[in-house]
Amino acid sequence: MQKIRDYIDLRPIAFIIAYIAIDFQTVLAQEAATGVFRTERINALVLVFVFSTAILLYTSWARKGKPLFLRKIPGLDAVEEAVGRATEMGRPVLFVPGIAELDEIETIAGISILGRVARITAQYETPLMVPVRYPLVLAAGQEVVEQAYVEMGKKDFYDKDTVRYVAGEQFAFTANVNGYMMRERPATNIYMGAFFAESLLLAETGNAAGSIQIAGTARPEQLPFFIAACDYTLMGEELYAASAYLSKEPVMLGGLKGQDFVKMLIAFGIIVGVILASLGYGATYFSWFESV
Amino acid sequence: MKTTVPVAVAFLAGLALVVSFFFREGTFVGDISQELTIWLTIVGGFTLLLGVVSITRVNWSAVKMRKEGWGYKLLTLISIFAMAIPAILPESWSSLFGRNEGSIYDWLFVYLDSPMMATMFATLAFYIASAAYRAFRARSAESTILLLTATVVMLWRVPMGEAFLNLLPGDIPGFLNSYVMNGANLAVQRGIIIGAALGAASMSLRIILGIERTYMGKG
Repeated sequence: MQKIRDYIDLRPIAFIIAYIAIDFQTVLAQEAATGVFRTERINALVLVFVFSTAILLYTSWARKGKPLFLRKIPGLDAVEEAVGRATEMGRPVLFVPGIAELDEIETIAGISILGRVARITAQYETPLMVPVRYPLVLAAGQEVVEQAYVEMGKKDFYDKDTVRYVAGEQFAFTANVNGYMMRERPATNIYMGAFFAESLLLAETGNAAGSIQIAGTARPEQLPFFIAACDYTLMGEELYAASAYLSKEPVMLGGLKGQDFVKMLIAFGIIVGVILASLGYGATYFSWFESV
Repeated sequence: MKTTVPVAVAFLAGLALVVSFFFREGTFVGDISQELTIWLTIVGGFTLLLGVVSITRVNWSAVKMRKEGWGYKLLTLISIFAMAIPAILPESWSSLFGRNEGSIYDWLFVYLDSPMMATMFATLAFYIASAAYRAFRARSAESTILLLTATVVMLWRVPMGEAFLNLLPGDIPGFLNSYVMNGANLAVQRGIIIGAALGAASMSLRIILGIERTYMGKG
C-alpha cells in the first residue's frame, strides 16, 4: 500500500523538525554527560507542568464558583443505598481498603472513601468492620473512622476495633475476611484499593454470602473478577475520583476536570501519533514519548 | 495544628520526591527518595507493634467472653506468639531459635504456613469456575459476544485446544493473538491504565497541595 508521503513531498517540514530536535538533543546530551539533572526525563517534567497547570487552573475556576459538570458514577451513588440496606437488615458493613501498604496511592484512595462510608454508618448507627493487612493502614484507618464518628456526633458509638489488623500474609488475610463474611453475613461489602490474586476469592465469597458488593481498583488485571462477582465496580480513575465525587466540594471537583483536560490532550497526542505513523514520520515523535 | 502539620509534612515530602525524580543518584536531591523510603520502612517497623496489639486485643476479648468460635481465636493467639517469640530469640541460645533452617520459625513456616497459603491460592480455580459461569451467560447480544470470545480464547490457551484450532482452516490462533489479545484487549487495558495513572497523579497532586485531606478524615 502506498503511503501519503509518496504523493506529497513532506521533506522540507520533516527537515526543520529534525533540525530543531537534533539541536535540542545535542544540548541535552552535553548536560547528560556532566550535569546533575536527568535530561532524559525532561519530557516527564513538561508533562508534570502541563498537568499541574491544568489542575490548578480548573481548581481556581471551581473556587470562583464556575459550575462543573461531573458524570454519574453509579457505584458511588449506590454506597449510601447499600449502607441503608445493611441498616434495615441489622447486619454489618464490611469495608476492605485493599491489601497494599499506605505508600500505595490506591490504598490512600481507599482510606479516603472509608471516611465517607464511616460517616454514613455512624449516621445510621450501622456496625462497620474494616480488616487491614498493614499496621500503617490500621493507624490511618482508625484515625479516619474515629474522625467520621466524631464529626457525626456519634463518638460513643465508635468501637476502636472497627478497624482491625487481621494478618500480614495475603492469603491468611483473605481466609480471615472470607471467614468473617460466612459467619457474620455482612449485608454490604465494599472493596476499595489495591487487590491482587485474592480479589476473586473475596468477591465470590461475598456473593455466596448474599451481600451487595461494590468494588473499586485501578489494577486492570483484577477488574474482570470484580465485574463478574460484584454489583458495582469502579474502574481505574473512578477509584481516585471517588473522594472528590462523594465530597461534592468544588475545589476537589476542579482537580477532576483538570485531569479530564489532560486526558483529552493525551487522546489528541495519540491521534497525532497515529496520523504521523501512517505517514511514516513517527520515529522522533514516538521516541519523545517512550521515556515518559 | 492537628491538620496543618500533617498537610505541611505531606507537601514537603511529596515535593521532595517529585523533585528527586529529576535528579541523578549520587546528588543530594537525587538521593532524597531513597532516604525517605528508608524512613518509611523504619516508621512501618514501629507501627508493627500497633498491629500486634490490635490482633491480640480483638482475639483476647473474644476468648475472655467465650464468644462463638473462641477456640479458633485462642489458636490464632497461640500461633502468633509461637511463631514470633522463637524467631526473636537469639540463635546463640539454641538452634531452635532465630529464623535459620531447622528453627521453630522455619519449621512452622515451611510445614504449616506455606502449605496453607498454597491451599488458599489453589481454591481460586474453583472460584474462577463459579464466577465464569455467572459472567459468561448469554443474556444479551453483548454477553453472547463475550461468551463466544472467552470460549475461543480459553480454548486457545490450553495446548489441546490450540491443536484443535490449528486443524481448522485459517490461522485462528494468529488472529486471536493479533486482534483479540494484542488488539481489542490491549487497547482497552491501556485506556484503563492511562486513566488510572492520571487519576493517581491527580490525587497525588491534590494531596501534595493540601486540597485533598480526606485520607486524614478531614473535609
